[in-house]
Amino acid sequence: MTLTHFLDLALGRLDWHALPFWEMVEQPTLSHIVNGSIVTAAASLVVLGALAAVVLITRFGKWKVLWSEWLTSVDHKRIGIMFIVIAMVMLARAIVEAAFMRAQQAVGLDGGFLSAEHFGEFFTTHGTIMIFFMAMPFLTGVINYVMLLQIGARDLSFPVMNSVSLGLTAAGAALIMVSLVLTPFSTGGWSGYPPFTEASFNPGAGVDYWIWAVTLSSLGSTMTGINFAVTIYKERAPGMHLFRMPLFCWTALCTSILMIFAMPPLTVATAMLALDRYLDFHFFTQDLGGDMMNYVNLFWLFGHPEVYILILPAFGVYSEVFSTFSGKRLYGYNGLVIATMIIAVLSFTVWLHHFFTMGQSPSINAAFGIATMLIGVPTGVKVYNWMLTMFRGRVRLTIPMVYALGFLILFVIGGLSGILLANPSIDYQIHNTLFLVAHFHNMLVPGLLFGMLAAYQMWFPKAFGFRLETRWGYRAAYAWIAGFILAFFPLYALGLLGMPRRALSFFEPAYLPWTIIAGIGALVVLFALFSLVMQFWLSLRHRDENRVPVGDPWDGRSLEWATPAPVPEYNFPVIPEVFSRDAFMREKDLGQAYQRPAEYRDIEMPANSALGPILTATGFLMAFGLVWYLWWLVILAGVVSLGALIARSFVRRTTKIISADEVRETHEAWLRQVDETPSVTRDREQDTSNRGRPAAPVSGAVQ
Amino acid sequence: MTATPSRHPGLNLGRAHQEAHDACEVLVFGFWVFMMSDLIIFGLLFANYVTQLDALAGGPGPGELFEMKSAFLETLLLLTSSFTYGLASYCLKYRHGRGWLTAWLGVTLLLGLAFIGFELHDFYKMAGEDGVPSRSGFLSAFFALVPLHGLHVASACLWMVVLMVQMLVHGLDTGVKTGLVRLGLLWHFLDIVWVGIFSLVYLGGLA
Repeated sequence: MTLTHFLDLALGRLDWHALPFWEMVEQPTLSHIVNGSIVTAAASLVVLGALAAVVLITRFGKWKVLWSEWLTSVDHKRIGIMFIVIAMVMLARAIVEAAFMRAQQAVGLDGGFLSAEHFGEFFTTHGTIMIFFMAMPFLTGVINYVMLLQIGARDLSFPVMNSVSLGLTAAGAALIMVSLVLTPFSTGGWSGYPPFTEASFNPGAGVDYWIWAVTLSSLGSTMTGINFAVTIYKERAPGMHLFRMPLFCWTALCTSILMIFAMPPLTVATAMLALDRYLDFHFFTQDLGGDMMNYVNLFWLFGHPEVYILILPAFGVYSEVFSTFSGKRLYGYNGLVIATMIIAVLSFTVWLHHFFTMGQSPSINAAFGIATMLIGVPTGVKVYNWMLTMFRGRVRLTIPMVYALGFLILFVIGGLSGILLANPSIDYQIHNTLFLVAHFHNMLVPGLLFGMLAAYQMWFPKAFGFRLETRWGYRAAYAWIAGFILAFFPLYALGLLGMPRRALSFFEPAYLPWTIIAGIGALVVLFALFSLVMQFWLSLRHRDENRVPVGDPWDGRSLEWATPAPVPEYNFPVIPEVFSRDAFMREKDLGQAYQRPAEYRDIEMPANSALGPILTATGFLMAFGLVWYLWWLVILAGVVSLGALIARSFVRRTTKIISADEVRETHEAWLRQVDETPSVTRDREQDTSNRGRPAAPVSGAVQ
Repeated sequence: MTATPSRHPGLNLGRAHQEAHDACEVLVFGFWVFMMSDLIIFGLLFANYVTQLDALAGGPGPGELFEMKSAFLETLLLLTSSFTYGLASYCLKYRHGRGWLTAWLGVTLLLGLAFIGFELHDFYKMAGEDGVPSRSGFLSAFFALVPLHGLHVASACLWMVVLMVQMLVHGLDTGVKTGLVRLGLLWHFLDIVWVGIFSLVYLGGLA
């Protein structure tokens, strides 16, 4: 065997051309230099970021802590936090990409600075990251952290599987980050429609990166859905009937059910596309009987429920925010639950509205158009319920509330544009234009992203024990709202003027003012991102002034606020018994909060497991090998994965014991702290006197 | 007679296996949910197969490629293996000792492996008659659906071997018992999927 043969086997199709600067070295034209520099800068950031992380961890000697307290931990709270960290990092990257696209279109009259390939990679990674590696990890993280505490449980039904879900998501995210260093990524959009993504048109590594990143994420999400649903059905505290659960848990349940049924179509679609590309199958090809419409159907059979997977947890967060910061019970709880369930069911009946123009009969379009408009009804019910929750409440305009109010108004506008699009005859005019882009950003930015940011502001003190700084927090919230309006409302106009989506450049001068306004909006959004970073940094520096050890900084209503902040590993020293909705608020009203348990017992908690990090590594390596045809790596990583799974099945000591004495000691110390802490009224909740113990409101106030 | 409520559909281990019986509450429920998700995958591949029935692209179709004799034999093998797995489950529940349990599991495993062998032989023969997935949309759809079922059976066989080794290492402990209950569910589930494949793909194709 010669050296060439060996290298071919060892390196597959990986060669110099994968390096982001290779093209501009070979052909130094202006366009290549501009685009090459941008990618090279991004790739350097990835490499330097990874190196900096390694150096810092080594310097502070934190490898052991990282391994034993985070990576191998199966504690739902730590896993939730890690999910959110992934989401935040990916959010930053995808926002910067969005800013590049807005900049390109702001100068895009007759040209611009990006090449078509590069622009294609931008909108593909932006969409893929925002959906699969920002939104999904963010909501999964928030549910992981909050839902368990709200139902009064100690951990998920399958804690190790939770760690594996995190691992697969992390592996997918890592794959997308690596695609910046070893280019290219797909140019096929986040939906990856064939035949453009078939091997005949796109033989390179780009589409394969997309396929495996998305597949890893979809497998992780399926497992997450199973885990959450089983947990909500089986692990609720005594007395926590389904109809006593906080609304956030209901939305978590509906989202999990949607994940269980809607992620498999995506797995099937990407797997079939992979078979087409790797093994010359003919599912979606143009020749030999392939039918690309099957892909489109499969993809949106996932894609539409996915929209509700994303939005429902945010609805849950808003429900908690509105009732907590209005100091009032949630208005129309039953209505909200039923509306959530109806949305979950209807979400499976509307997927065809994503391709009204693809040639089915008018009656089919009409049926799906009507089904789509029907979803507006339960959503409308929710909007009224939230407004009536605030009505005659004592509303405090805290940061989560700013996001929630921004959401309420903007989301209704987005919903109305959705009703327009649901009409097939109107859709024929504006499909594939920026009107559509404006519509779905209008749903997902105020809907999902504001919701997750509100959740971050609201539950951060619970997770880390100190409140977030408020000045930059308000700046971030208002900048998000203003930036969103500036960046996306012009797109409605552009869409009606006929500007197609994903357009690199245009020749119609009438578009220019609007694209420039949208570009300014992108700058405001960048400022919002910067404000979030500043807020985090300042909060970290002033954490000692802002500690809330008692754990209830916002006069909360549900069980998670009954625990110390940060929450101990076992959550509750004794599993609480629940007698009503808003369980903790009832305890506080009756003067029964912070009670000493009659007796302490040993607590059995799931023990750490290395399965999650091992499958993260092997999942990533397998996907990487598949992308670059490194078959030895695929086989090796596959064997190790299988071996790890089998080895894990032999492990019998899967739990550890936290002794009753230890629990007593921690809990009694906390109870003493509760007694010593002066309570503060709600209007002082955002200053440093707030130590997490709220005072009872003025008597006679609506609860 | 006081009837203890069943925790889940199918075989419940009962009081004689209290710890495993309790553990099943969550584990088996979770496994049912997983199978619902898995069933969606099969359902979509069935749907894809039906839409691609006419996508022969001039290649061979069901009439030329399928053979009733071997499909029928495979069905018999798999259905019998479900029966023998049922016997193994009863041995587990009524404590007939590890010997009988292992024996019935062994028979089930052999039947499962025989099924895979026959199926592979079918595919080999099809390949000889130009029945390969790259030939047409129809054949792609066939080779997505039927081998995926075979892959499931193969994974279930591997799981069975792992459980038998665990039984040697740990004895018949809670982990092995709950594993056997879940594997049983999967085994019967794969039977049902095969009934679908036999009816729709083979009977439908040769009718």
